[in-house]
Amino acid sequence: MALLEIRELSVRFGGVVALDRVSFSVDAGEVVALIGPNGAGKTTLFNVITRVYKPSSGSVLIDGEPVSRVSPHHVVRHGLARTFQNLALFRSMSVLENVLVGDHIRTRSGWLESTIPMPGAMRAESAARKRAMEMIDFVGLGAAATRPIAALPFGTQKRVELARALVSKPRILLLDEPAGGISHEEVDAMAQLLRRIHDQLDVTMLLVEHHMAFVMGISDRVVVLDFGKKIAEGKPGEVQRNPAVIEAYLGAA
Amino acid sequence: MLQRIRAAPPRYWLVVIAVLFFAGFPTVISSFQAAQWANALILVIAIMGLNILVGYSGQLSLGHGAFMALGAYTSAILAHRYKMDYLLTVPIAGLLTGLVGFLFGVPALRLSALYLALATFALAVVTPSLIKRPVALTNGVNGIILLPPDPPQFAKDAFSAVTGTVMTSEQWTYYVTFAWALLLFWLAWNLVRHRSGRAMRALRDGEVAAAASGVNIAGYKMLAFGISALYAGIAGSLFGMSSGFVSPDSFPVGLSIQLLVGAVIGGLASIPGPLAGGIFAYFLPIESNQWVPAQTWIPTQIASTVEKAGPAVTYGAILILIMIFAPNGIVGLVTSGYERLRRRLRGAADRETGQAPPDPQTV
Ligand SMILES: Nc1ncnc2c1ncn2[C@@H]1O[C@H](COP(=O)(O)OP(=O)(O)OP(=O)(O)O)[C@@H](O)[C@H]1O
Ligand SMILES: [Mg+2]
Repeated sequence: MALLEIRELSVRFGGVVALDRVSFSVDAGEVVALIGPNGAGKTTLFNVITRVYKPSSGSVLIDGEPVSRVSPHHVVRHGLARTFQNLALFRSMSVLENVLVGDHIRTRSGWLESTIPMPGAMRAESAARKRAMEMIDFVGLGAAATRPIAALPFGTQKRVELARALVSKPRILLLDEPAGGISHEEVDAMAQLLRRIHDQLDVTMLLVEHHMAFVMGISDRVVVLDFGKKIAEGKPGEVQRNPAVIEAYLGAA
Repeated sequence: MLQRIRAAPPRYWLVVIAVLFFAGFPTVISSFQAAQWANALILVIAIMGLNILVGYSGQLSLGHGAFMALGAYTSAILAHRYKMDYLLTVPIAGLLTGLVGFLFGVPALRLSALYLALATFALAVVTPSLIKRPVALTNGVNGIILLPPDPPQFAKDAFSAVTGTVMTSEQWTYYVTFAWALLLFWLAWNLVRHRSGRAMRALRDGEVAAAASGVNIAGYKMLAFGISALYAGIAGSLFGMSSGFVSPDSFPVGLSIQLLVGAVIGGLASIPGPLAGGIFAYFLPIESNQWVPAQTWIPTQIASTVEKAGPAVTYGAILILIMIFAPNGIVGLVTSGYERLRRRLRGAADRETGQAPPDPQTV
């Protein structure tokens, strides 16, 4: 059974059809890239999966369970975490605090227990801190843990977002342009980091990316969207030679 | 142990100094001044609650005076009608107001920031007339007169041992308020540093990302409303104790504005902020009304206008100045000043050792 399944998903914004009966699936252990020209509907698809937008029709299943009706804050409890195209970090917090918010679902202590403060909640808090620090170390930001987010360079902030998503222990990670807006060297380092996340943390990935070399290097399979429609799907090499894909990209250029 | 005390960061020392100061203060000032400071601390408590809502969870309330009114009347009715010990009514008033605040958070969820501001403002506007309605319960416009609290024996003994004078009910009220303020500050400090407080700050910084991390946006917004109303309820209850009288006119719209101004002046999303803001918001109108007419260099016409217009003008002016020159309030001003001083001192030390300060941009 597919870990993530998109079934006949459509989204309309007024007159704009952002997604038009899109179907595909991601199996456990895969790295799937979602590509397409600007405005193709890639981010919209992520936003529907994470319940930011409601679909007009169609459904999303995680591990066979439909999640098209759950509350936005329940999606991550189904084992799906994400990063954002334009970074959505908590600006007033430190790196560690951002990652601790990502750990939210792994602790259950209520507000009263930490306000009183009860020993159980304090133990849970220090365990959460330990997990958060481990994840910060994993993405290579150990030295910056207590720094406020706003003071960090863009590339570093992207890693913080990764750590925040990973600390929830997702089975599948949605990455919206992980290599967008960062320097050449950082792109290579990011590709390596994603490899390590996939291999060592056993995380399945669906990633949106415009950087073609990056996509070809990392993905097992590629899904191509254009004007909200899926126009191709297959191995990276096949998709690259697909006339419809070439047409979409040349047409857009 | 000794080592840990020595290694404590300066803010712990500040806390110790502040606690000692507020504990010892009433032994050297008059009973009347103690009553004033009790009222200032009551504002501080309400502002701390408002700060949890506005500063930490990012929701605006222009009507927190209404929650104070609910707390005050709960206590007054329990004490006056049901002859309950006033001190026992304080937590009850807090819990009841907290519950009402939590439920008020439900319709608040559906409102955008602007409409929430208007809705809470409307709540503050109608509060005095709402109180007047159930005359049998609230005694209408006449209000409820409360007996001045009698300090218990242990407090009397301790106070006279230190000062050699008899403890007045004002001084007792001060210490009760101070104890509540300490407790509530400690609770707030615990709240904002842990899971739930982080969730509130996260949804304030970005709802989409907070929800993607599993934070129940609606739940935490309501929680912030509830906790913040609980603080206001306790403050209102203590207000009844300190003034010995509650009436519909004790809770005008201006009170809600005073709370918000205090929260902003002190510094939003900061724990010491409400302390500074509350003291400022309480004494500013009193002092400015006396200070302005006493200045010979201010033309009499302006002075008398300011005097007549009352605190509203000074409040407005101070608020504008703060927003321009200290967007993070008094606490923001002090911490940035301290940071600048420290950097300068460290810079000097580094010049001596010939070591460059670490570059903050390298990670
Ligand atoms: N909230 C919204 N309201 C109205 N239209 C929207 C909204 N979000 C997206 N759209 C529209 O949906 C279409 C798809 O946008 P989307 O952001 O998903 O594209 P994308 O593939 O992520 O593009 P890019 O590569 O530039 O990030 C665009 O036409 C966009 O204008
Ligand atoms: Mg996009």
